Amino acid sequence: MADTGLLESLLRLLEKVDGGTDSQDVAADLGVDHQVIVGAVKSLQALGEVISTEQKSSKHWELTGEGREIAEQGSHEARVFNAIPDEGLPQNELMKMPSGKVGFSKAMSNKWIRLDKAHEGGPRVFKTVETIEDTVRDKLQLVQKGQSAKLEDKEKNELKKRKLLSEVTVKSYWITKGSSFSTTITKQETELTPEMIASGSWKEKNFKPYNFEAMGVAPDCGHLHPLMKVRTQFRQIFLEMGFTEMPTNNFIESSFWNFDSLFQPQQHPARDQHDTFFISDPALAHEFPQDYMERVKKVHSEGGYGSQGYKYDWKIEEAQKNLLRTHTTAVSARMLYKLAQQKFTPVKYFSIDRVFRNETLDATHLAEFHQIEGVVADYGLTLGNLMGVLHQFFTKLGLKKWVEVGNSGVFRPEMLLPMGLPEGVSVIAWGLSLERPTMIKYGINNIRELVGHKVNLQMVYDSPICRLDS
Amino acid sequence: MPTVSVKRDLLFEALGQKYTDEEFDELCFEFGLELDEITSEKEILSREQGDEKAAGASDVVLYKIDVPANRYDLLCLEGLVRGLQVFKEKLEAPRYKRVSPADGGEPQRLVITEETASVRPHAVAAVLRNISFTQERYESFIELQEKLHQNICRKRTLVAIGTHDLDTISGPFTYTAKPPGDIRFKPLNQSKEYTAAELMSHYKTDSHLRHYLHIIENEPLYPIIYDSNGIVLSMPPIINGDHSKISLNTKNIFIECTATDLTKAKITLDMIVTMFSEYCDEPFTVEEAEVVYPDGRLCVYPELAYRTETLSGDFINKRVGINESAESIAQLLTRMCLRSEVSGEGDLIQVEIPPMRADVIHACDIMEDAAIAHGFNNIVRSTPRTYTVANQLPLNKLTELLRQDLAAAGFTEALTFALCSQEDIADKLRKNIVETRAVHISNPKTAEFQVVRTSLLPGLLKTLAANRKMPLPLKLFEISDVVLKDETKDVGARNNRRLCAVYYNKSPGFEVIHGLLDRVMQLLDVKPGRNQGYHIQAAEDSTFFPGRCAEIFSCGKSIGHLGVLHPDVISRFELTMPCSAIDIDIEPFL
Repeated sequence: MADTGLLESLLRLLEKVDGGTDSQDVAADLGVDHQVIVGAVKSLQALGEVISTEQKSSKHWELTGEGREIAEQGSHEARVFNAIPDEGLPQNELMKMPSGKVGFSKAMSNKWIRLDKAHEGGPRVFKTVETIEDTVRDKLQLVQKGQSAKLEDKEKNELKKRKLLSEVTVKSYWITKGSSFSTTITKQETELTPEMIASGSWKEKNFKPYNFEAMGVAPDCGHLHPLMKVRTQFRQIFLEMGFTEMPTNNFIESSFWNFDSLFQPQQHPARDQHDTFFISDPALAHEFPQDYMERVKKVHSEGGYGSQGYKYDWKIEEAQKNLLRTHTTAVSARMLYKLAQQKFTPVKYFSIDRVFRNETLDATHLAEFHQIEGVVADYGLTLGNLMGVLHQFFTKLGLKKWVEVGNSGVFRPEMLLPMGLPEGVSVIAWGLSLERPTMIKYGINNIRELVGHKVNLQMVYDSPICRLDS
Repeated sequence: MPTVSVKRDLLFEALGQKYTDEEFDELCFEFGLELDEITSEKEILSREQGDEKAAGASDVVLYKIDVPANRYDLLCLEGLVRGLQVFKEKLEAPRYKRVSPADGGEPQRLVITEETASVRPHAVAAVLRNISFTQERYESFIELQEKLHQNICRKRTLVAIGTHDLDTISGPFTYTAKPPGDIRFKPLNQSKEYTAAELMSHYKTDSHLRHYLHIIENEPLYPIIYDSNGIVLSMPPIINGDHSKISLNTKNIFIECTATDLTKAKITLDMIVTMFSEYCDEPFTVEEAEVVYPDGRLCVYPELAYRTETLSGDFINKRVGINESAESIAQLLTRMCLRSEVSGEGDLIQVEIPPMRADVIHACDIMEDAAIAHGFNNIVRSTPRTYTVANQLPLNKLTELLRQDLAAAGFTEALTFALCSQEDIADKLRKNIVETRAVHISNPKTAEFQVVRTSLLPGLLKTLAANRKMPLPLKLFEISDVVLKDETKDVGARNNRRLCAVYYNKSPGFEVIHGLLDRVMQLLDVKPGRNQGYHIQAAEDSTFFPGRCAEIFSCGKSIGHLGVLHPDVISRFELTMPCSAIDIDIEPFL
């Protein structure tokens, strides 16, 4: 804090002028260095709206040390000229003068003097003119008087080259009265302290205003990943709708549960190497419910349960092949099979977990993603029921067009009846990816910016909470 | 879902009516299809190859229509028009008839020899008599074969179609298999003869045919069909002979389908003849052909089988969730080319499934067609009465609760891939791949998908590496599954839910990671202690810096490790600062 006296002098000065004043003029008026005034302005700024300021910068020419010397004593060449008497001066003597060297060559080129090399007693210098005009000095004196504008740029640059002039930039303030202008200064406190509370001194203090425009300090905390936040919300929706979570913690699945049990024929393109990751170790699954597997084989190859079947040669070798599950429906199949082994009770199941596809990767497709799946099994479920449940589910998501991001349907009897589920039981199901709605929700276009190790943690730090229905 | 592209004006001419784009879109929707795009060859070319290439192309308006994967009867203009006309009740579904040769002559005969057994054992055949092609019909005929090849024929692996000008060849035909060196003929649109071996190398660079070479490439014998004069009809599934090629002027067509799947061959043949017999002098009739098997069995094709299913109106009403009379349901089904009648006994409906509706294999397919014809938008949405109590999976419930508190403890959640390279879980962690018990993928397209992770640590370290510019310290965690081989499981592997966290800073911060362990145990209500509690004990683990690693025990059981990572591990993940980590199994806490 600059001293209060100076601050108040500045304020009194400001009080008298209309429309403000420049800090350089203030410095001149108060007879102090400009930098001191700059300090005073900064102190006043910290007091709030006492003054308002606008920063300005201006350029002007100043004499260098050598330039000031010349303005006072004349240019080197003039000093050399003046030092030479009418009878001349030996060159070696002239060169001993402080201005000798520079002055000699300049005076020579101005043709003010001449050198007689053949003079007896050594080379001798003589004046060639009676009087001279010291224009360099004149010009410098003009600058010194603040009349540098009278010089041409060429002349100024010439002097700058001779290191007699320099161009300086001066930062100053244009100062005007602030909204709470006053010519007296009260010291402001920055913060409330325990001592002030204890002594009650806060009542007399003035507090420095806060800058409410500035950001606060970020809290030191961890963050949940946005995709996992959305997963939590989907789980919540299913739980609110009375759906029980399926155990999907088995990424490795047999072709049997992933395809055959779902009545997916063995020649189906989804079972191609180009679409599915197969496992080389452990390559084969070795345990299946034998009776059930026979029934699956039969419905594929011969039909039954009212179906024509696909009528092809079903091979257990295909069913045994292990793979990375391509959908969580493999788990739904296991759960429905398990359900069929007990006395039937209606169920509602859901899962949200990873599935894997050996697909071509692009901005919206990765080799692994999360599948959301809902399944309802009960007697007498209708297509109208499926549409009703979907409507309720997507209403909870808050966006009806999200229907387009998913699939839904009724499981085929060729899938359900071999499991042993009762004839009248229907199973409706739907599925969608977790990533797609999350990308929509958070406005992310490239899936790599959302999942995987390449994500920017700042995105994780900054992502808002997820409320799907708002 | 296959997309069928048809010329709009041709379509409207065949439908006998003009539609606006919106009206036609609506019609498609009602019929269970989707008008995907309205375009032209010019537009497609210009989009794919630029305006210059498109300059001379046709700007005839094309409708691209998405057709359900198993509706092979809608893959060409003829089928689409027939389906829509029947749906609009402007046309009665035609009856397809198999007939004997008109003049009382012998049917065409295709004899299969036993050599085919090893490579492509099945064949079916039929004849289209007195067909009249136009340029459009001819193009549609070729296009349908291509569509069938791509869909039901599974890129010719299951079935390959050959169509021939019957007037250029003479039966009986022989379907056999021969060593490639012994096969020699002039293939379609080529000017000279090739041996089969030469052909295979000739087509290696053919943008279309090279995709089919693998089907027989490594077989000792190649399938081949000859006529009675030794003329080659085709070398399935690769190419036909040039001699018998069809043209706009062809009147009589011999169709053969060779296959590894007989059912699909029969369906494919039925599709071609039902679609194009429309243009025969006697529409919708197909001349039979005989196929003789090596064991002497004789079959007559095409099957063109009609099948009748009987179901009740009540069944449809209950499954769809509507309330319609049996009569009106029968009418709905008839509009879907499933000619139906109420039989008179109660509300029973007799539904006749025609040969080109091979997709209808169960009453549920009939139910779906009834729903489409009724209109999905006319079905009233209703809530199922199913009463259930929801349960969370205990493992996921625990995971959810822990995640919240780990974030509250100042660690940020990462989400990393379950698939990775062998190097990530072995070399980079200074482990031997065999000891990791990792599950290996047989067909990865890149090294990133070689194995399923056995540890969450590589994913977290890679996340750190990608975020080195972020302010330190970096504190990350993940609770997710790894996969380990386990012979006690039916598939030989099991998931394991793990909690992993890392602390990355200018100093290793072992105490931070140790503090996190203490906090996790506090959350799990496990007290410090040797027996019923948890404790850590110095251990050697190649991933960690010697002397800076401890094994974690809970209730006497080892659950994981914590420590300062080995400098080599840090460098191998392209990191530069010390890092400490914790990795534990959370399943014991269920």
